[in-house]
Amino acid sequence: MIKVRWLGRGGQGGFTASRLLGKAASIFEGKYAMAFPSFGPERRGAPVLAFTRIDDRKITDRSEFSEYDYLVVMDETLLDESAVGGLVSDGSVILNSSSDRYANRDFNGRKVIAIDATTLALEILGFPITNTAMFGALVAASGVVTLASALKSIDTEMRPSIAEKNKKIVQKAYKMVRENRC
Amino acid sequence: MKTQMSKQKVFISGDEAVALGVRLARPHVISAYPITPQTIVVERLSEMVEDGSLKARYIHVESEHSAMSAAMGASAVGARAFTATSSQGLLYMAEGMHYASGGRMPIVMMNANRSLALPWSIFGDHRDSLSMLDSGWIQVYVEDAQEALDMTIQAFRIAEDAAVLTPFMINLDGFILTHTYEIVDIPDQSKVDSFLPVFKTPNKMSLEKPKSMGFSTSPADNMEFKYQQHKAMLDAKDIIHSVDKEFGKTFGRSYGGMIDSYNCEDADYVLVTAGSVTGTARIAVDNLRSRGIKAGLVKLRYLRPFPDEEVRAAAGDVKAIGVLDKDISFGYEGTIFTNVNSALAHLSIRPVSINFIAGLGGRDISIKDIEGIYHDLEEAVTVGKDKSFAKVRYVNMGVEIDG
Repeated sequence: MIKVRWLGRGGQGGFTASRLLGKAASIFEGKYAMAFPSFGPERRGAPVLAFTRIDDRKITDRSEFSEYDYLVVMDETLLDESAVGGLVSDGSVILNSSSDRYANRDFNGRKVIAIDATTLALEILGFPITNTAMFGALVAASGVVTLASALKSIDTEMRPSIAEKNKKIVQKAYKMVRENRC
Repeated sequence: MKTQMSKQKVFISGDEAVALGVRLARPHVISAYPITPQTIVVERLSEMVEDGSLKARYIHVESEHSAMSAAMGASAVGARAFTATSSQGLLYMAEGMHYASGGRMPIVMMNANRSLALPWSIFGDHRDSLSMLDSGWIQVYVEDAQEALDMTIQAFRIAEDAAVLTPFMINLDGFILTHTYEIVDIPDQSKVDSFLPVFKTPNKMSLEKPKSMGFSTSPADNMEFKYQQHKAMLDAKDIIHSVDKEFGKTFGRSYGGMIDSYNCEDADYVLVTAGSVTGTARIAVDNLRSRGIKAGLVKLRYLRPFPDEEVRAAAGDVKAIGVLDKDISFGYEGTIFTNVNSALAHLSIRPVSINFIAGLGGRDISIKDIEGIYHDLEEAVTVGKDKSFAKVRYVNMGVEIDG
């Protein structure tokens, strides 16, 4: 089973990203997936969590995540020891950051893949909504679903005008991570 | 190639699965008041009515009491009626719920299981629905979004059966099921239409045949009404089994009727669960089995009518039974535990039984917690012979009361 924990702020679209990934894996790749938000009230700007589980067999575990394979951090200021501590020993952090101080860094052997998702989102979307950029980066870093499935997922979840721009973001983020240009 | 693309498969939440199930069941009337974590069900249904994909009358009432009253009015004139609620909203319906069951109105309701105030909490446990166990409603507890959708369709069929005519409550664990997205197979409308024909009530109130559905009785005949209501609920067991089997033949999925047992055949230790925690417990059972511990699991699908014979058949001859309750009946024990023990009381040799109170107000129940429950059962059998042990235990609390 692959477990992804999405960490962002209310309004950044972390839960949407968790669902896009679940849908790509289940509907478009014939696997099983589960996506859920941190339960309870959601507040814009407050730290929020979302989760995706992906497996080749039916997923029945309904408990909270004790550990995870990927930690996607949509807001650099939320990165802390406790969030990284939940990663498995060979897990990775996918981090939205414009700074180069994370280049070649690791957290006790856990790889950090930093991408300037905010600039990418502003460039294509015109808003600092980074969820699809981080989705593209995660897909590239993990290979848990194909880029094609990720794009299909966006096509079926968003209005056409918004879908086009977000697909562009996913493709670009994917390329940046795959070509190690971030 | 792994890629499968089916229009019938969608990635949706438990709330959305219920809404889609309701649309497939073609109700005439939906009356509801929104409450977390049920809200998405009624939002989706109102959107479906608005966009014309569901030809029903949506009545946005001013309270849950009115939601139940409106559903009763609709049911009395022979309409198929649906409502949904949660927690305090369910309690606000309580008066009407007894009216509906006494009036033999087969209303279907979704309840998003949620804690009861005080302390006020939007998170899940079973204290809301269990407090309505005696309201005369059939109660089913589902494990995932697929079962939620499928039971929404089965619910109307069972409730409206001439031998049953009893309202039906479908319980989904708040957030854990209502707000979790997973893959769900959507049945064909044409198949649902033939599985679930148009509702024809034998007790129709109409302008042509006016009759009172809000009758009163004297002591001379009240007991006969209550006896018939009770008998219909008991008779519902056979209908529950046959409808589930027919559902399986038609749609390729069935759920075992009153209970679903997992690895019970040769089990020494069985845990009894209801609702979504069953899924987590399945993993714990697999883990324990791989270590050579003979663990089994009984998922109580229905709590009313109560699957007493099924519990005895599945777990009557094990060494120990644990009952996981997301509930306390204050001053006694978990309500499911009381019900399971009453079923076991009919056995000449009874297994050890222990109550595990867990998950109140949304507290997490992990795979490790459940493995710990099985270890407690094992220990009670080996140690308990010489020593008394706590029959009611609190998971993740670090306290014990009796002993």
